[in-house]
Amino acid sequence: MSAGVAIKDASARAGCPSGLEPSVETTTDDAAGVMDPAPFVRRRDGLCELELAVFGARCAGCIAKIETAMKAIGGMERARLNLSTGRLSLAWRDSPQSSNKTAQKTIQSLRDLGYRAAPFDPQAMESDHDAEGRRLLRALGVAGFAAANVMLLSVSVWAGGADMGAGTRGLMHWASALIAIPAALYAAQPFFSSAWNGLKNRHANMDVPISLAVILALALSIHEFFVGGEHTYFDAAVMLLFFLLIGRYLDHRLRWRARAAARDLLAMQAMTAQRIGEGGVIEPVAARDIVVGDLLMLSPGDRAPVDGVIAEGTSHVDLSLVTGESAPQKRSPGESIHAGVVNKSNRLVMRANATVENSLVADLARLIEAGEQSRSRYIRLADRAARLYVPVVHTLALATFVGWLFFDGGLRVAAINAIAVLIITCPCALGLAAPAVQVVATGRLFKRGVLVRSGDALERLAEAGAVVFDKTGTLTLGRPVLANRDDIAPEDLQDAAALARVSRHPLSRAVVEVAGAGAAVADAVEFPGLGIEGMIGDDRVRLGSAEWVGAPDAPDASLETWFRRGDAAPVRFRFEDIPHQDARGVVEALAARGLPAELLSGDRENAVAAVAEQLGVSRYRAELNPQQKAERLLALRAADTKAAMVGDGLNDAPSLAHAHVSLSPGTAADASQAAADFVYLGEGLSPIVEAVDVSRKARRRVLENFAFAALYNACAIPLAVFGFVTPLIAALAMSGSSLVVTLNALRLAGEGRPSKAPAP
Amino acid sequence: MTGLLYLIPIALLLGGLGLAAFLWALRSGQFDDPDGAAARILLDDDLEEDEEDASQDAPRISR
Repeated sequence: MSAGVAIKDASARAGCPSGLEPSVETTTDDAAGVMDPAPFVRRRDGLCELELAVFGARCAGCIAKIETAMKAIGGMERARLNLSTGRLSLAWRDSPQSSNKTAQKTIQSLRDLGYRAAPFDPQAMESDHDAEGRRLLRALGVAGFAAANVMLLSVSVWAGGADMGAGTRGLMHWASALIAIPAALYAAQPFFSSAWNGLKNRHANMDVPISLAVILALALSIHEFFVGGEHTYFDAAVMLLFFLLIGRYLDHRLRWRARAAARDLLAMQAMTAQRIGEGGVIEPVAARDIVVGDLLMLSPGDRAPVDGVIAEGTSHVDLSLVTGESAPQKRSPGESIHAGVVNKSNRLVMRANATVENSLVADLARLIEAGEQSRSRYIRLADRAARLYVPVVHTLALATFVGWLFFDGGLRVAAINAIAVLIITCPCALGLAAPAVQVVATGRLFKRGVLVRSGDALERLAEAGAVVFDKTGTLTLGRPVLANRDDIAPEDLQDAAALARVSRHPLSRAVVEVAGAGAAVADAVEFPGLGIEGMIGDDRVRLGSAEWVGAPDAPDASLETWFRRGDAAPVRFRFEDIPHQDARGVVEALAARGLPAELLSGDRENAVAAVAEQLGVSRYRAELNPQQKAERLLALRAADTKAAMVGDGLNDAPSLAHAHVSLSPGTAADASQAAADFVYLGEGLSPIVEAVDVSRKARRRVLENFAFAALYNACAIPLAVFGFVTPLIAALAMSGSSLVVTLNALRLAGEGRPSKAPAP
Repeated sequence: MTGLLYLIPIALLLGGLGLAAFLWALRSGQFDDPDGAAARILLDDDLEEDEEDASQDAPRISR
């Protein structure tokens, strides 16, 4: 595997050549985790096709670099990188025997260039097509065309005024009707269907007054056209739709982009497994194709795709994603192993006793579902505004109609004025107020490596009044780090590292990390569950458990390993799972923003207490199972505390779903990412603070926009009620208010732009 | 005013052409990768080999 790194041209920068994206270190360690994409290759018309998610491609240089390298692979027919979505689509002509090798070669060569890549499940790709977005764009195009052309005709009617003869005006109205009616009926479909769904469920959403205004404006205009009236509202109807469709499309794009990004992350964890078939042939399979009874091989670094029992081999496994326990556990044949457990040291063979759907993850999924139902009761700010707004506006329109009917007597005048009220109050500004702000806020967070799943996630984060952290992998690095380096003589450290280099055990890796590069002991042997033994000079050296090395009992319960050279006194290596460097700062910054922290962990009491003390967190609970964590979140909810939950493990997923709002790091288990509202990338926790700040600013902007819309209505409604509104005034008012709301949203992008220059 | 009888259909025809062009572009996938389209213009892979070596300032990755 390391051969790939060696051929890398030293002069070519790894990763994006523009420096927009920091390059990822590709170590031999990662290479061990390269999955075999063969199960994801799709064969069609004699071509092998593969879709890859490529991370870190940002500029033209990346396109050139990646596509050139891909086309250099034998038989490659098509290689096209979509820079917007980060998808690389490949097709090659190949015999079935060697196609698997080509697939693996592509990922390996991307890795050598400095890009991480992961294959997409072809089934997932099919559902990926953004049909809804296309539909909205088409509607937007039609509404835009109609708005421009009808406005052209309307402006001439307004400008013509009294000079224009009735015949010419009739021609203009006739042409307007011809354009506006079919266009409006086509472009308003998204609103009609949403309003209809709302009414079926007996609640009035924003789309009800929108649909009503469009239909009534068209009906009134047709009537006026036939009786030869002076004013028609064809232009108002289509312009309304045009503005509202912009808001609708922005909202859709935001959610779709977040979903796509989340899918890319999950593809990174899309699992393939090595199945041992008949006659000991090892074949790669997709995790979902595993059936009960399959024998699977887990190399060091592999993650168990399903629940099972170990059939062969003894190894240390990392349970941190499943239980939150930070210390690696030893597992021997006959013991069970859960999906999501990572094999750390030796080759294991496991027998699956569940499919992917029935594994541990599935149990957690039920808990997650229960949590998400409670969350779906959240009502978006815009819908809350609509609840106030709809009855008020409809009452006003009715009052106008009745009033004019009584005092003026004319049915026609009363109807015209009532409809004018509906048209002019139609929530152009309200429809744009929230999506425009949320698109800008999400874009800003996206640049800082925070993915937002939906607009209301921002609203919920802005409301949060407490933050609940998981420990292992969230506040801490999630791997052991040598804690007592100063107590260890440098030569002992080097000798221990020389032994440790032959092992993949997490503690060995932690020793090597501190010692740096160096030689390995050539003939060292690893004894699973005990340690490593080898010869340095004439001495027999051992690195391993206390008992095996012959050391005294441990003074405390920390993670430890012992090193002994010949008959010299054994040396103790103590390890801790240390917090992220910025963890304390982030906890303090959140407290300063009114979000006191609490720690919930599945780890041992003393480990949790140590981290809590280090970070200045006074409230913590240890040794919790997933159910208990979720119950704690429910208790907070019952006490009316709106808690933000930050967690990464499978054991956190139910509590993520029960929290008012949830965040999860990009390294988290897939179930947790699926349950989280925000996913943040990169080392450290500081994106959380950024997300809180941006979401609060976004909330303020949305409220400002609502206030503006209310002010606008306060001015416009009296005009409409007393019959002063003409189509010209309606057009000016609508476009003016939409413009102001959009500009206010854009302010969010300008202010507080990160001063940090991109790394050279 | 009879000019309007020609001018309005002409205006609509031109607008309709624009709309048709937009719908065609949407259907043929030209809105699938706006970032990529903006970046690809900088690539010089359509140049001849010797020409490509001469152009120094364009972003070009080769070994």
